[in-house]
Amino acid sequence: MSDTKNKDKTTRRDFITTVTATVGAVGVGAAVMPIVSQMNPDSSVKALASIEVDISKVKEGQEITVLWRGKPVFIKRRSKEEIEKAQKVNLKDLKDPEEDKARVKNPEWLVVLGVCTHLGCVPIGGKGDYDGWFCPCHGSHYDTSGRIRLGPAPTNLEIPKYEFVGTDKIKIG
Amino acid sequence: MSEYTSKSEEKFQPVQTNKVGGSPYTGVLGWIDNRLPIIRMFRHEYLDFQVPKSLSYFWSFGGILTICLLLLILTGISLGMHYKPDAKYAFESVEKIMRDVNFGWLIRYAHMNLASFFFIAVYLHIFRGLYYGSYKEPRQLMWIIGIVIFFLMMATAFLGYTLPWGQMSYWGATVITNLFSAIPLFGESIVTWLWGDYSVGDAALNRFYVLHWLIAFLIVGVVVFHVIALHIVGSNNPSGIEPKDTRDTVTFAPYTTSKDLVGMLVFLLIFVAVMMYAPNYLGHPDNYIPANPMVTPAHIVPEWYFLPFYAILRSIPDKLMGVVAMVSSIAVLGLLPWLDFSKVRSSVFRPIWKQCVFLFVLNFFVLMYIGGAPAEGIYLLIGRIATAFWFAFFFILAPLVSLVEKPLPMPQSIHEFEDWKKQGKIKVFQFFGK
Ligand code: HEM
Ligand code: FES
Repeated sequence: MSDTKNKDKTTRRDFITTVTATVGAVGVGAAVMPIVSQMNPDSSVKALASIEVDISKVKEGQEITVLWRGKPVFIKRRSKEEIEKAQKVNLKDLKDPEEDKARVKNPEWLVVLGVCTHLGCVPIGGKGDYDGWFCPCHGSHYDTSGRIRLGPAPTNLEIPKYEFVGTDKIKIG
Repeated sequence: MSEYTSKSEEKFQPVQTNKVGGSPYTGVLGWIDNRLPIIRMFRHEYLDFQVPKSLSYFWSFGGILTICLLLLILTGISLGMHYKPDAKYAFESVEKIMRDVNFGWLIRYAHMNLASFFFIAVYLHIFRGLYYGSYKEPRQLMWIIGIVIFFLMMATAFLGYTLPWGQMSYWGATVITNLFSAIPLFGESIVTWLWGDYSVGDAALNRFYVLHWLIAFLIVGVVVFHVIALHIVGSNNPSGIEPKDTRDTVTFAPYTTSKDLVGMLVFLLIFVAVMMYAPNYLGHPDNYIPANPMVTPAHIVPEWYFLPFYAILRSIPDKLMGVVAMVSSIAVLGLLPWLDFSKVRSSVFRPIWKQCVFLFVLNFFVLMYIGGAPAEGIYLLIGRIATAFWFAFFFILAPLVSLVEKPLPMPQSIHEFEDWKKQGKIKVFQFFGK
């Protein structure tokens, strides 16, 4: 169609190619975005963000497990020895150094996600070499502050957002 | 290249956009074949096709795999008509399939056990390739397509296993999807995106169901590529020598087809025996306990066919490196055509490589055992040694053996190879007969 032999000159065909390619790229981007985004948690899932737990019946040394966002949360009323043990640890011995103080609002109550930071199994309470939790899946040991001490897990058990409501309730989330 | 000539200077060339014709058939078949040449193609690729006459039963596994895949799809579609991908009803709907649906028990046991037998067949198929050097020039791409199929099979089987929503389903899904959390920076958001929630739950189950179907059909597509490539490069054979004239080959139908049929039937008989007499032998009893997000089973193990790779994952004490090692332990197979550069294909003539392949198989079973054992003490140590050997096989043994090994004297052709076999000059791996 075009009679030009000059390669440096922009032809009408070059122009059309550039314009359609640009519009096409924008279109593909606009189509991919919702397709990818629909897979993220939806509004109803995000809305279930917090729960309240009654802790008045939990005795010293006892641990309860509640489900929050589909994940178990351990609420542990620690004994004097357990608190002491958690506080005495030398930070140099820790894989993910963190003071016990920084992990609790009230030393008597430890609130952690019951999800092993390795690959997500639920650790078992009162087991393992450090008297905290032991994950049966690939052998991670946590101490009485929920800190990783031994095994493949990279970090300490996560602390969810929570607050005490009055004296006998905890609000998680 | 965008040089345009004006109409006046253009040299005309004849063009034919209408290619109707050329069929060897007449009548209705010919009429169709002239317009859609699939009948001719089928005859050319599946009936008149020449294959080496020395093929052993190891060459039946390709056909066996195809049958398994078709049966998986057939039973899968049947299950899909009764299964409910909802965290509340999934477990119940599977139990309903087992108890109430007409022949539901049979269809589900068939699907479950076919998945296992699919992997048995694919492992033997891969072993055949390793032993007879089928990955070498010119079949490298077939080998790589095969590895892609293997990855897709693993994905489908994993997704399918989550569907009954038992304890193993749930915790297997949790552990495996969490592998993505090892990715630096984006890990956590990727996992949340995969789940559609903050944990494995209803949203995940629903999409796993969709993907289980989708990937199963993707496998069919990739298998088509695998077969197209096969019909370009042709089959390898136990001698590793390319056919030269008709003394070396037979026609696909009826010779190879009848042999493959025997292979398929024997395989399916074993499958039916296991399915009927020990339908849960290859599974795990914990999967008959409904999923419980509050408790992980004391000893979680994947399906038997994942155990070797699970052992590799666990033998590395670092989370990210464990995942990398597991994925690369399979991907590394794709480099074998270049890591093993010996000119001789078949292990029949490669005394050292043959030993290496047997050691590799032994090591595979060691890893499989370790993957099912607890990750502690002596098991951990053996697992680490076996993992090291896995990689050493590819990166050290393959190139080293290619360099130092002196191949045995070889026949000139496949028919001479057959004569040598009859004279007992060489020993070839065979199931039974010839
Ligand atoms: C590549 C081939 C396939 C493999 C390896 C495979 C594997 C599996 C496995 C391991 C299970 C779990 C069985 C159990 O423990 O109960 C399963 C379940 C299921 N599969 Fe497949 N599958 C394949 C193809 C398909 C196809 C093509 C469909 C449907 C179109 C399908 C539909 C289903 C359904 C509905 C279930 C859940 C019911 C049940 O658990 O018995 N599958 N699959
Ligand atoms: S999931 Fe806990 S150690 Fe792997």
